[in-house]
Amino acid sequence: MKIDHSQPLEYSTHQNQLNILGFWIFLGAEIMLFGTLFMGYFTLEGRTGAGPTPAQIFEITPVLIETFVLLTSSFTIGLGIHAMRLGRKNAMLSFFAITLLLGLVFLGVEIYEFMHYYHVGATYQTSAFTAALLTTLGTHGAHVTLGLFWGLFIILQVKKRGLTPQTANKSFIFSLYWHFLDVVWIFIFSFIYLKGMM
Amino acid sequence: MEFFERFAIPHPSPAIYASMVAIALVTIGIIAGLTYFKKWGYLWREWLTTVDHKKIGIMYLISALLMLFRGGVDAIMMRAQLSVPDAELLDAQHYNEIFTTHGVVMIIFMAMPFIFAFMNLLVPLQIGARDVAFPRLNALSFWLFFAGAMLFNISFVIGGSPDAGWTSYFPLAGNDFSQHVGTNYYMIAIQISGIGSLMTGINMCTTILKMRAPGMTLMKMPMFTWSAFIANLIIVFAFPVLTVALLMGTTDRLFATNFFTSDNGGMDMLWANFFWIWGHPEVYILILPAFGLYSEIIPTFSRRNLYGYKPMVWSMVLISFLSFLVWTHHFFTMGQGALTNSIFSITTMAIAVPTGVKIFNWLFTMYKGKIRFTVPMLYSVAFIPLFTVGGVTGVMLAMSAADYQYHNTMFLVAHFHNTIIPGVVFAMLAGLTYYWPKFFGFMLNEKIGKWAFWSLTIGFVLAFFPMYITGLDGQARRMYTYSEATGFGPLNMVSFIGAAIMAIGFVLILWNVFYSFKNSSREIGSDPWDARSLEWATHTPIPEYNFARLPHVNSSEAFWDAKMNGHQLFRGEYEEIHMPSSSGVPFIMGMIFFVAGFSFVFSLWIPAVIALLGIFFCMALRSFEKDDGYHISVEEIKETERKLGGAK
Repeated sequence: MKIDHSQPLEYSTHQNQLNILGFWIFLGAEIMLFGTLFMGYFTLEGRTGAGPTPAQIFEITPVLIETFVLLTSSFTIGLGIHAMRLGRKNAMLSFFAITLLLGLVFLGVEIYEFMHYYHVGATYQTSAFTAALLTTLGTHGAHVTLGLFWGLFIILQVKKRGLTPQTANKSFIFSLYWHFLDVVWIFIFSFIYLKGMM
Repeated sequence: MEFFERFAIPHPSPAIYASMVAIALVTIGIIAGLTYFKKWGYLWREWLTTVDHKKIGIMYLISALLMLFRGGVDAIMMRAQLSVPDAELLDAQHYNEIFTTHGVVMIIFMAMPFIFAFMNLLVPLQIGARDVAFPRLNALSFWLFFAGAMLFNISFVIGGSPDAGWTSYFPLAGNDFSQHVGTNYYMIAIQISGIGSLMTGINMCTTILKMRAPGMTLMKMPMFTWSAFIANLIIVFAFPVLTVALLMGTTDRLFATNFFTSDNGGMDMLWANFFWIWGHPEVYILILPAFGLYSEIIPTFSRRNLYGYKPMVWSMVLISFLSFLVWTHHFFTMGQGALTNSIFSITTMAIAVPTGVKIFNWLFTMYKGKIRFTVPMLYSVAFIPLFTVGGVTGVMLAMSAADYQYHNTMFLVAHFHNTIIPGVVFAMLAGLTYYWPKFFGFMLNEKIGKWAFWSLTIGFVLAFFPMYITGLDGQARRMYTYSEATGFGPLNMVSFIGAAIMAIGFVLILWNVFYSFKNSSREIGSDPWDARSLEWATHTPIPEYNFARLPHVNSSEAFWDAKMNGHQLFRGEYEEIHMPSSSGVPFIMGMIFFVAGFSFVFSLWIPAVIALLGIFFCMALRSFEKDDGYHISVEEIKETERKLGGAK
């Protein structure tokens, strides 16, 4: 394995560069995935049948908490990658751990939010609107859940193996994924919640 | 017993019972054969666990041929049923299932693996690389395709086949009108193989962007690699739309959601839109690699370089862009109004322009060339006029006002078969014949190949041209019978005869493989056709590392330059080669996906959850795995090169 020391660790081998480019292309596919979900949501949001409308079920408090927590986690993982570039393993691990904790809080609040919808009569089967809403939020939530496990695995590997070209590469790619989930959330916040509450 | 009733066939017939017996016997036969000849170890080591792009390509090829025969049998049954008025060979339900599985099998499980076969076999060789960017992921892609294909194919003996058409429009495909599990199979089997396709898309794009040989700029790539690149870009952007549509369709059927239902706000047209936003780019995913193959074959057998390299590339880029802007033309009659229809009419007709550019470029490549009419060249030459007829009828269909006459008639059926068969299938058969010696070490017999070619071409014309006429006369597609008074009888009989001649052609191709395996010479060298691009520059059989030294490229036809102008492809010293190691995990994951899919089809939640956990466990395993592959030493390379007859 040829290591190019003029590059940051995560870019230092040819395979690492392939991995990062491949992941960017994957994110392109993810944009299409969420784009399709948004198109479905926009088409169906007014089609509430006998069920509630967006304005009747959305609550601002949990959504604000989720937004605040997830945006902060995007910042902390950025700090984690910065620490990784400086070669400070423990700082990086701490920032990654904080990121995952914030992700966990996000997920907890989202589960609370889903239970709230259930109690006010907006279940998965109620109407086209609720199905589109819960599928869009649920797909994002499933991505966060997967990310929690993935991030945990990476923390364990960095802890055990140190900062090598491989672990640095994995950590960097994970950070791309996490930032992407944050970007998706900004769209969800703006075009699902704010639009629905107006 | 109640538990097992769900697996019963809703509309059994003697043919289905016979199939069950046949499937059981073949399975027992394969297991017994592998055990008797002690081939389990060989199968596992050399094929099931392989990550070599060449072997994966061959597995795609075999699967595609198997599916071609499965879909072909469906086709013959349909044509037989329609050959005379008021026939009673198949009942309506059976006919519905057969046209549905014919469409799905041919598009998703025949044409897609066929193009993936050529991408896997050719792209790394054409760009002078040793494998794809992510070999392990490549194996997983194949096994996901395979799991999806098997899941779809068992539907007709366990639980019943889908019967709502390959487009599976709602509300017909919803629980109210399609009560048995057939459409569940459709949603889940396509989902599984679609995930595999998406991963191939990512893999190939990365490979082509990052792993080209020294000197090969983007505009010096062979044309097939260009077409593969564009097709994979379309895959990356189109398949997620299908993923979401299938997910919504699945939850509608399994969890009673209301995306596409007729009440509680559901909107059935949303499915049609999503389906075709994926579906139209999908047909270009199939045709562009076919164009790429023609662009390799025509220059070789005209002994001229490809006319208009740059317009060829730009026309493909333009086609890929336009392919996302035409989906509404599949349902002009379904109520979106004159303005929308007009816009989509124009975008659709616009696609004819870049396609026409390509047609003329192929013609100009042949102009004043020294043409050799080998089997691959015959397919390519027949493709041009036949495909043009398909294209022109496509422009007719694109006129939204006139489409009210053609919509849902046999005219449409004739049109899309007229593009897919001479376009995609002929390209695949041409490519199969052309590349056969490179991958199997012997040539296919030209004489039998020509018989097969003429059977297919004549059979095709007889089978599909009459449908243009009956379609214009008003014969609807997907109708399982018609009365004598309609007068459709004689032309449908001609179609049936044509289909039978095509069937003979496909059997001849199989016979050709068998005959040539027995009789063809193995002394063919590494470049039997006098070809032009890098895949012919390495040895036959191809060593596992493809190229002992990476080739240096100076033009889009580097190998031709090496032969004619003394360009030196391989320079410098041998170096140790790094290779990826084999793994059984992709195969195991494919099997777990199969179990998960089957459990979802029948709403068996406990096995479904266990299987999903198994999938996540495999992913976690991969995350923790330390796998640096292995190295081939300089001595081993020298030894291999010597055995293959001279250093390269």
